[in-house]
Amino acid sequence: MKVVIFSTCLVDLIFPNVGKAMVEVLERFGCETYMPMQQICCGQITFNSGYVKESKKVMHNEIDALMSVDADYIVGPAGSCVNMLKELQFHLPKGDDAYKAKAHEMANKTYEFSQFLYRVLGVLDAGAELDAVATYHRSCHMTRLLGERESPYILMDHVKDLKVQELPHIENCCGFGGMFSMKMPEVSREMVNEKVADVESTGAQILISCDPGCLMNIGGRFNRLGKKITIMHLAEVLNSNVDMSRVKYVDAAQRKAIDQQTLQHSNAHEEALV
Amino acid sequence: MSNTQMDDTLFKRTGKKTGTMLQYGDPDFVKRVEINEKDKFAHKAISNAQDAQWVKRETARAELGNWEGWRDLGEQIRQQCVRYLPDYLEEFSDNVEKRGGHVFFAQTDVEARDFITDLVKKKQAHKIVKPKSMVTSEIGLDKALLKIPDVKVTETDLAEFILELDHWDEPSHLVFPALHKNRDEVQKLFQKIGYTGDNDPQHEARFSRKVLRERFLEADMSITGCNFAVADQGMVNIVTNEGNADLSMSIAPTQVVVMGMERIVPTLREAETMDNMLVRSAVGSKLTSYCSFVSPKLPDEADGPEDFYVVIVDNGRSNALGTEFEPILQCIRCASCLNVCPIYRNIGGKGYGSIYPGPIGVVLSPLLQGDYDEFHDLPYACSLCSACTATCPVKIPLHELILKHREVEMNDKHMGDLIADTVMKVVGMGTGHSSLFRTALTFDHVAMNTIAKKGVKDSSGKRVPDTAKNLDENGKHEEWMPFVFGGWTKVRDLPEPPAHSKNFRTWFNDRKTKQYKAAGNDVEFNKEQAKILAQNPNTPDFGSYDNSVSARKAAKNGTTEPAPLSDATVPVALGSIEEAGTGNYGKKD
Repeated sequence: MKVVIFSTCLVDLIFPNVGKAMVEVLERFGCETYMPMQQICCGQITFNSGYVKESKKVMHNEIDALMSVDADYIVGPAGSCVNMLKELQFHLPKGDDAYKAKAHEMANKTYEFSQFLYRVLGVLDAGAELDAVATYHRSCHMTRLLGERESPYILMDHVKDLKVQELPHIENCCGFGGMFSMKMPEVSREMVNEKVADVESTGAQILISCDPGCLMNIGGRFNRLGKKITIMHLAEVLNSNVDMSRVKYVDAAQRKAIDQQTLQHSNAHEEALV
Repeated sequence: MSNTQMDDTLFKRTGKKTGTMLQYGDPDFVKRVEINEKDKFAHKAISNAQDAQWVKRETARAELGNWEGWRDLGEQIRQQCVRYLPDYLEEFSDNVEKRGGHVFFAQTDVEARDFITDLVKKKQAHKIVKPKSMVTSEIGLDKALLKIPDVKVTETDLAEFILELDHWDEPSHLVFPALHKNRDEVQKLFQKIGYTGDNDPQHEARFSRKVLRERFLEADMSITGCNFAVADQGMVNIVTNEGNADLSMSIAPTQVVVMGMERIVPTLREAETMDNMLVRSAVGSKLTSYCSFVSPKLPDEADGPEDFYVVIVDNGRSNALGTEFEPILQCIRCASCLNVCPIYRNIGGKGYGSIYPGPIGVVLSPLLQGDYDEFHDLPYACSLCSACTATCPVKIPLHELILKHREVEMNDKHMGDLIADTVMKVVGMGTGHSSLFRTALTFDHVAMNTIAKKGVKDSSGKRVPDTAKNLDENGKHEEWMPFVFGGWTKVRDLPEPPAHSKNFRTWFNDRKTKQYKAAGNDVEFNKEQAKILAQNPNTPDFGSYDNSVSARKAAKNGTTEPAPLSDATVPVALGSIEEAGTGNYGKKD
């Protein structure tokens, strides 16, 4: 199974450990990984700032890079960026049909890391062990636009000794929002302050997320305030103290039952997912 | 998108600016945010209201069952109304006149105000009662009425009544206009008109009830808004929880209804559907205490307005027609987008400087105004979390429209300042050319290491190791960055990029070299991987999954024409109130 690693600019620039953990986990379960060095960024930085024309070249480059290997899947460690890859087919300018078609094809085989592990490979227990109290920050784009809410919870449920506390106000944005955090620092600060307070209220030592951007924002604020926290991407959690004898797989039918159960549980607490 | 609406003479685009939006508060966005930040009460009141509404709204929606089906139906109904707006308006206007009412089409806020103030003078009205209405605030009606000698205007919605007493303060929320006022402020305001009681909200409410009763009884004109205008009935649908609209309408002999031109539904059936969705979305209950359909008083009726006027207001709405912003006209003003917005949560209604705050205000205000002058900051007051899009009962893609405004501002109108423009163009180049990005990856650590700080300052100012673990590799971070990136370090630390030798790509290349060497070559290594994969019981039938908004959009194949309304589109839960299988959904007799 050939998997192209969609590294994202944040992993390339700031968080090498997230990329390493993701590759190690994927290879542990039998994937062949490829990392096209031409890739850079999904285009959100410029596109979401209103510089749409300037983003065309960025989108073309990313599509060409990720499609340069004839792989079965493209997997990335960031819910927001993965969703952007899926959206590219609609963001390309009118008349750019060849790239639109290629972007559509790309969208169909692109997955976020936790989603790929659970829903494609069928991994229920990745064999990890982490003796800690943690809480999980759900990123907005991954939940609402990529439509993936359950996979991270199901995978965390099976990490030995990990206790995951519910995070209050989980539905609220952490204040990252890409360039928003820089263009509106005063508003962003209020948002991340509330998130920091909510994380603290759970008593968690570790803050887990599937989006490095949110982790950089919340973690960076914790550090600025001199407050203690350990930030971890889910891939790093699933790569902790792995014992392969613990690994469990589930098939499609079993996943359906688990999904139903998890969905009912979380729908009882927050807005129903589409 | 079709341009047929534009051919209608009624709303023909003149090329001139047709709309004006009330801009209030400090003209500087950042100053407004600062002012609001100091108002700890309002801040807390909004957070509490958002949290409480979350539970109430989701519960009320869940009760309906198949909420997504309802949303699809709501979207279709509203799309249909907007697409055939001139036809429905004509039908509505004909039917109002058949019932003995009068209709006036106002292209601008000025025309609407002039018509109503002239009417007040002509009718020699002196005591006007007004239930809550956003569109009358939008066109600045209160202030125009107060300029007429001998005219007394009373806002009869409790919250609006409070605002009126505070020098006609502007509402900070579409549904809860006085969310920013606390009970002590209300007590002080009520003292202006003779209140002597304490700050107990129940006592305050009882007092206002007594005052307002008198105002209703002496009223000679009511000016109301409109939740939905029912085209085939020529009737106006108004929902309130206080009954103040009903009292206003049934006592005052003259009623003026002011409505935004898009506030229309084809028949009573759609009105019922939309009321169900509006109230559940707006206040989280099944229905408001009062839900009325009004038209001029008939000879055999005991009460109701003898004179009935409807003022249909464009005021820039046609700026959106036929453009990519058209979906914003689907809005039913439930304000659930405000109630889920994390920006609204923190800057409050006043932060936006527009009477339409929140995501709907961000999209609508520049459109109604017809330019970005006063509202150019608003599209950036959004973290694109898309909670608004997810909650909107009529499926307006709010965050996409906000992005669209940004594109118009930057790409079409070139409103970015020179430095920001240059920075974003450089970022565009750097993320568009792989050679440039690789160069950046080589030098980022070296460049940023010179200004990186090791550890954080503790309370005594001494540097201690970073308190956020796993944030960066070597305990170093940036506390200052140039240009727009300084916004980041103003609030939080930026992890220092790893040295080139420690970055992800270097690690990946080294790993592959080692793996292939150990296995013999890449083919052999891949064979080993295939063996591991074979242990997965799912091999070779791996799952596939795509629940993304994009996948659904792609499945629709980019069609923009709304599906015609039919019995098949009625959600299951609606079966209880709809006659199933009649095959005439949306058809007119």
